[in-house]
Amino acid sequence: MLERLYRSLYRIRRLEEAFARVYPTDKIKSPIHLSIGQEAVSVGVCAALRLDDVVFGTYRGHALYLAKGGDMKAMAAELYGKATGCTRGKGGSMHLISTEVGMMGASAVVGTTIANAVGYAYALQYQGRDALVASFFGDGGSEEGVFAESLNFAALKCLPILFICENNGYAIHTSQERRQGRPDICARARAYGIPAERIEHNDVLYLFERTRTVAAKIRAGGGPHFFEVMTYRWREHVGPNNDFHLGYRTEDEATPWIEADQVTRLGAMLLPERREQIQEEVEAEVEAALVFAEESPEPEPAELYTDVL
Amino acid sequence: MPPSVIRASAKRPTRATPSERTLSYVDAIREATDQEMARDPSVLVFGLDVDDPKAIQGTTRGLLEKYGPSRVFGTPLSEDAMTGTAIGMALAGLRPIHVHIRMDFLMLAMNQLINVAAKSRYMYGGKVSIPLVVRSMIGKSWGQGAQHSQGLYSFFMHVPGLQVVAPTTPYDAKGCLIAAIRDDNPVLYVEHRILHFQNGPVPAHTYTVTPGRARITAVGQDVTLVGISQMQSECLKARLYLEEIGIQAEVIDPIWLSPLDIDTIVRSVEKTGRLLVVDNGWVCCGAAAEIIAQVAERLQGHCSFRMRRMGFAPVTCPTAPSLERLYYPDSRTIAAAARDLVEGTKTGWMPRERSELNSFIFKGPF
Repeated sequence: MLERLYRSLYRIRRLEEAFARVYPTDKIKSPIHLSIGQEAVSVGVCAALRLDDVVFGTYRGHALYLAKGGDMKAMAAELYGKATGCTRGKGGSMHLISTEVGMMGASAVVGTTIANAVGYAYALQYQGRDALVASFFGDGGSEEGVFAESLNFAALKCLPILFICENNGYAIHTSQERRQGRPDICARARAYGIPAERIEHNDVLYLFERTRTVAAKIRAGGGPHFFEVMTYRWREHVGPNNDFHLGYRTEDEATPWIEADQVTRLGAMLLPERREQIQEEVEAEVEAALVFAEESPEPEPAELYTDVL
Repeated sequence: MPPSVIRASAKRPTRATPSERTLSYVDAIREATDQEMARDPSVLVFGLDVDDPKAIQGTTRGLLEKYGPSRVFGTPLSEDAMTGTAIGMALAGLRPIHVHIRMDFLMLAMNQLINVAAKSRYMYGGKVSIPLVVRSMIGKSWGQGAQHSQGLYSFFMHVPGLQVVAPTTPYDAKGCLIAAIRDDNPVLYVEHRILHFQNGPVPAHTYTVTPGRARITAVGQDVTLVGISQMQSECLKARLYLEEIGIQAEVIDPIWLSPLDIDTIVRSVEKTGRLLVVDNGWVCCGAAAEIIAQVAERLQGHCSFRMRRMGFAPVTCPTAPSLERLYYPDSRTIAAAARDLVEGTKTGWMPRERSELNSFIFKGPF
């Protein structure tokens, strides 16, 4: 399992770093909201899910898409605006989807997919399936009305859903303290009768274990559960660079998060030769994905009018 | 409704099966829902109060008992999340019908309707579809006022990925609802509270009224009246006033506003040379504006025609009956406008009111 977690983390990190490198060339025709620093949240949860479990995410969704098993080449091609992209050049970086692996979509409007996740969970319950839904959103999403409405309905119907609030402390450049009268998101979940726990330090192993335990409870009909996972975005809100020069946060604030980097941490737990082998394989995979994206054709003009209705 | 009007609207359905059975608009909706739920276990109906004793004016009556609370349920007062929930259900293969007792409440659901329901199929490259029906009702009279009377369907006509239907007869109420439920994409199904009281022939079997096909509800050669939603009834009555002065109006019910059957309207205008579109909403950027623009684009250069839009007064709907009367077009003001179009001048004519045409008087509360 350690190797699996490490590979998953490393794939996301290296692909996004590659995107960041390529970005100044303008080959990527899509805004990128990098997950770098936050990979552990998607990886820890998804590693404990089954293929038939489904996830819904946000515009910062590269990590979730890959962690749930989405195809790397199709994702890279999507960012390059190519016909071979996971939405054939229709959705871009912010609307990744891979229905085959249960990645059911992501929204560029904050909080929006929380309700879609709840509806999917209702359908699972109605259809008598024992799969579950994991709904990912940010600390900003917890301020939207749809958050409160969705949690209420999930609790009311005892739905098979795990809410994961990926708390990176900022909505774009505004800190949580400046937006929330009581910055305790778990308390709001509990107010709806949903058991909630805060998971500190972006800890991928603990998150994996907790998800495994909680998922079993949810499958057994225990109803919704809520994680607030503390994490940190290393790069700027959108784009490939750092943004400490903007002054809304300091490098000192980032330091402990970078020191506790989960990619490095898990890598150190592997035998060096195994780690290097995984790294080599991932580097080749990333390279192949970028080549695939670059060499893929653009969508045909007729594609403009397909799949409207 | 006077019998003559009922006949005028009921005899014409282009693809209707003759039926002696008469049903109300409300019962037609209930029957369509019932039959589709019986046929397909993936069909669910929910919304505020769908399972309460009044059962959405009766349109959901008996469904809870028959299909149980997992398929028929009232929801928390959470239009935004419940619309998102409906979309999530649709993604998982269900066919939800989400009911709103007033169209005004859809404003709470716009993000999900416009940003998710309309776009998912396209922005996910055809990987998903959203078979969602959103029923909503436009209110009128008896103090419905500012926030219970709006006909906001043009908002939805504007957006690719949504279909909009506003049936005006019990026959179409049933056939359009079945078509909407079976459609793989989202459909805004627009009811009008006054139309709920209509009775008309409705076949007992299931049938669909095809999206994108209008119906000529009365044939004439002097002027084309296009009446949307409840304004269809007013147009049919206006036609009777116009008959008194020898003007033969052709009346068209678009039924589906998106996709819109512009061909049928264009053919009629080619014949009559005059087009009056009466909307059940404001005229600015409305359905009437769209219809006239499309006809003008089609006919410019080879057929000139006179045109006019009518709709709500460009104000917020007042509640005092004396003001409200001035707010809505009615059969007499429509007839007057139509005559002016035909004669090409402001005649100042207003038909004397025929009380038998106003036999239907609704008394609240809704």
